[in-house]
Amino acid sequence: MMDKMIFGRYIPAESPLHRMDPRSKLILVFAFVCVVFIANNAITYGILVVYTLFMVLSSKVPLHFLFGGLKLVFWLVLFTLILHLFFTKEGEIIFQWGWVTIYEEGLKKGIFISLRFFLLILMTSLLTLTTTPIEITDGIEILLDPLKRIKFPVHELALMMSISLRFIPTLMQETDKIMKAQTARGVEFSGGPVKERIKAIIPLLIPLFIGSFKRAEELAIAMEARGYRGGEGRTRYRQLRWGLVDTLMLLLLVVIAVALFFFRS
Amino acid sequence: MNKPLVSIEHVHFKYEGQEEYALKDVSLQIYDGEWLAIVGHNGSGKSTLAKLLNGLQYPEKGRIQIGELELTEDTVWETRKLIGMVFQNPDNQFVGTTVQDDVAFGLENNGILREEMVERVENSLKQVQMEAFLQQEPHQLSGGQKQRVAIASVIALRPQIIVLDEATSMLDPRGREEVLNVIRELKEDHDMTVISITHDLEEAAKADRMIVLNRGQLYREGTPEEIFQLDEELVKLGLDIPFPVKISKMLREKGIPVSKSYLSEEALVAQLWTSHSGK
Repeated sequence: MMDKMIFGRYIPAESPLHRMDPRSKLILVFAFVCVVFIANNAITYGILVVYTLFMVLSSKVPLHFLFGGLKLVFWLVLFTLILHLFFTKEGEIIFQWGWVTIYEEGLKKGIFISLRFFLLILMTSLLTLTTTPIEITDGIEILLDPLKRIKFPVHELALMMSISLRFIPTLMQETDKIMKAQTARGVEFSGGPVKERIKAIIPLLIPLFIGSFKRAEELAIAMEARGYRGGEGRTRYRQLRWGLVDTLMLLLLVVIAVALFFFRS
Repeated sequence: MNKPLVSIEHVHFKYEGQEEYALKDVSLQIYDGEWLAIVGHNGSGKSTLAKLLNGLQYPEKGRIQIGELELTEDTVWETRKLIGMVFQNPDNQFVGTTVQDDVAFGLENNGILREEMVERVENSLKQVQMEAFLQQEPHQLSGGQKQRVAIASVIALRPQIIVLDEATSMLDPRGREEVLNVIRELKEDHDMTVISITHDLEEAAKADRMIVLNRGQLYREGTPEEIFQLDEELVKLGLDIPFPVKISKMLREKGIPVSKSYLSEEALVAQLWTSHSGK
């Protein structure tokens, strides 16, 4: 289950998308989310499909991995399609059998909307598949920098994100350890009725929570001892580089957007 | 020994909501370039002392002088630059997502320019023999490796004093050895002052000078040789005696002429295998 999930996974590879600056990727995905809504006929959706396919191929993420991981999404997309087929009652009737009536508009809308949904998911997955979480954090921190003027705690938010990322594997290891310790004391985590299994989570969660609070306190002390006093006057070690490929990718999206405006009905 | 680098004068400290003082009238000097071990049983006040040194707590009475500065709430950020702390839990002091980010964290806090940061990160990791691990994430490292990264993070800031607050107590013997070797090298190469707070007397035996704390008070002060002469007294304080010292004593009781209590196994072995050739 876990190794088939692709949300939030990073796949290391040497590709133009991997080399892109996280800032440009974030802007690109955000802009794409808006651009998708311009499309409203076969030609415009066709352009979007070709564009997305181009992005998927240039990411060098193995296709079987990408589509294998989106299996759950396929079901959701199918569900949207069926909803639209049955509930849109416009245009000519193209199919009738018993109480099932499918209208032309229903079919069109169903296909377009599920396609839109699918493309959006594909593009956002590409973002996390080709960008390390810490790069995304850095990108968000710099992009949101102007918000500091209105006292929005951008630095604190980014630091919180990066510390959580850093502690995910540590807490996973700890969960594993506690599970083993509780199993040794006779707690059953697998098997048994659902009610029992939910009950078994409590002796897992409580030590985990207490441990995390202790960690948080010690970490705060260690940070302070190393001179941490907020975002003021800090310099940055990790640097982001905006390259030619970033500008080109953004330009490409602009071209796509213009083309969509031109061909939409 | 030269001038005192840190002097603690008549310090009293009590945790909020507690009756008993964690530290009662403690005075001590720490000299430039020495390795001082502060030992004591749990609750002897040794960790409290570390917190006071770093301005994480302030004394109720008495004063702490670090270099030219008196440690107060106004000077705390300046004095923290002089003192680097390595804490007990290797995981809970690792802030960065990778080794290099963790070492850079302290530098970023102090507003060091990036070009210099890159150089210092590389340099300090080299000094703890962790330069091959730049990109590694903390969960891929052993405890000893994490503690060495913590030491690198501290020396990247170029402090005069390193405080090891039980820094080796959660490590396996190999990790402990690694960390102590790194500290010894740093001390020799850079003339650093090391304060190790520990209940491991084997570690304390390597120090130049030892201070024994008991129930928040200074109990004894002296060289490791002098302190280990106390023998039974240390055991009564809940401290153990290093193995070679114990063996030396038992051999003497059996009538084997061991001239003194040896602190290291090597020295004791050397005495034993040459003991007949002298006659």
